[in-house]
Amino acid sequence: MTLLVDILSWILIVGGSFFTVVGAIGTVRFPDFWSRLHAVSVADSGGMLLLIAGMCLQGGFTLVTVKLILIGIFLFITGPTATHAVANAALVTGLRPRVARDIEAVELPPYSDVPDPRG
Amino acid sequence: MRVVVTALILFLLWLLMSGIYKPMIIGFGAVASIVAVYVGQRMDRADGDRVALLLSPLKFLGYLGWLMIEIAKSNIAVTRTILTQKMPIRQNLFRVPSCQRSELAQVIFANSITLTPGTITVETEENDFWVHAVSFSEDDHEALADMGARVAAIEPGGAA
Repeated sequence: MTLLVDILSWILIVGGSFFTVVGAIGTVRFPDFWSRLHAVSVADSGGMLLLIAGMCLQGGFTLVTVKLILIGIFLFITGPTATHAVANAALVTGLRPRVARDIEAVELPPYSDVPDPRG
Repeated sequence: MRVVVTALILFLLWLLMSGIYKPMIIGFGAVASIVAVYVGQRMDRADGDRVALLLSPLKFLGYLGWLMIEIAKSNIAVTRTILTQKMPIRQNLFRVPSCQRSELAQVIFANSITLTPGTITVETEENDFWVHAVSFSEDDHEALADMGARVAAIEPGGAA
């Protein structure tokens, strides 16, 4: 039984570490600000959830697990909120995402009258 | 009544967080929760806004389960985008209508969009969100409309 739990928690922890590393690789590889935001969100949704689930299995029925679950809930809400705040700040200050060439914009995004700081 | 229940819940949280059950530490916890409730009461005088729970809990749990599966799927999709040699990026910023009635449900919808890797809610307007996608496909409009309908369904009185 303990072996089964150990194996399961190791799978979760290794999976979480994998997604966190992938998020880091994506941050380096992606070309600009907007796509990098998406790379980071792989680390803080998938990576975070798997790591915490794996650690909960290691903790068993203890107070540690309760704390881990509370941390998980907290990050589950604050993570996307922080990402939204960063993305919104970029848009408001005029940083325009590069829309793919084959997509025709039906309508202009908000604040499209703010000049792009990159010129 | 409400005050006593709030104090008890705070005290319970303290007990769960501390893990050291000596009389003095438990005493600190009791005092802290009473002070917290007292300060909350004083703030209530300035802002008497009651927060009502406007969701049906069971449907919300069902939605959470569905959301986890979506997060897993899009995690794999973005991971594939990152690790393939050519990186098939197709960025787009587009408008998504939000059909939820309460503000809380709108927040849940916007955060769900951001939580699934590959899409980020960038700007919110009265009845629309502006969503940025890293590898946009025409199906995204439909997928996000489906997610919005699911969030609208966990509001009480929402369509099944």
